[in-house]
Amino acid sequence: MKTMDKPNGPAMAAILAGAIGVFVIGVMTTLAEASGSFGSMLAWVGPVGPLSGKTGMGVIVWLATWIILGSMYKGKNVEPGRITQWSWILIVLGLLGTFPKFFDLFAK
Amino acid sequence: MSVSLRELWTVFHGLIFGSLFLLAFAGGLAGLYSLKPEWVTVSGIQERIRRLMVGTWVMAIVAWATVISGTYFIYPWYRAKPPEGADLTGFPRYLLLSKPETAEWHKFGMEWKEHVGWFAPILATAVAYVVAYYGPQLAKEQKIRRTLVWLFVVAFATAGVAGLFGAFLNKVAPVR
Repeated sequence: MKTMDKPNGPAMAAILAGAIGVFVIGVMTTLAEASGSFGSMLAWVGPVGPLSGKTGMGVIVWLATWIILGSMYKGKNVEPGRITQWSWILIVLGLLGTFPKFFDLFAK
Repeated sequence: MSVSLRELWTVFHGLIFGSLFLLAFAGGLAGLYSLKPEWVTVSGIQERIRRLMVGTWVMAIVAWATVISGTYFIYPWYRAKPPEGADLTGFPRYLLLSKPETAEWHKFGMEWKEHVGWFAPILATAVAYVVAYYGPQLAKEQKIRRTLVWLFVVAFATAGVAGLFGAFLNKVAPVR
């Protein structure tokens, strides 16, 4: 029995959304270091402090992006090279944003 | 012989979840790498994909359990502010920052660990979803499979950074 190949859209949406989620964690981490008031705004859960908001924002953006991209790419084939390339760029930038020697450069 | 609630949570967070994560990663990586049509038969692919799905979802779920328990149960004990003149032994963050020779464990080790550890569950979930979405077709999707292998490795590496610093921090200034 021969089956139709599944389109790559939903898979690409999951990969790109994950990359955007970790990128947001990196951005939030650096921004919280650069601005004390922004950091205080991210203290969503008192005992956890700004870490709750930094990671919470990453998770919310990740899930929201996944839903949006998932519906946009549903049943479609998209250019995998470009999406994969952008995903790696975002992941590397996310890693950079969470690296203390980098975000300390912006510390106030 | 006794173990406090805090110590019990650190054991679950670092040792139990960490070991499961390592096992799931090893199985998942081997499964993803070797899922090549030229290496396995059609029925072999069906059998392997089932194991791969279980392995990748276990890794994702364990990664979520690890970061949630670490962030919302253990981290508040780590960063709790001591009252004036208190013995700092029960306040790891302040104990580390109180001496120049240990301050970097917090400023570099903990600061990196607490953020980068969250990459692991997000990336592992993306990998698990794509494996489940494609099923046996993944064997034919060489480029996607290669991307998944690297995402899986990055998820493991970020968890590794968090785990390694967690182990050292728990030696230098344990949560008790």
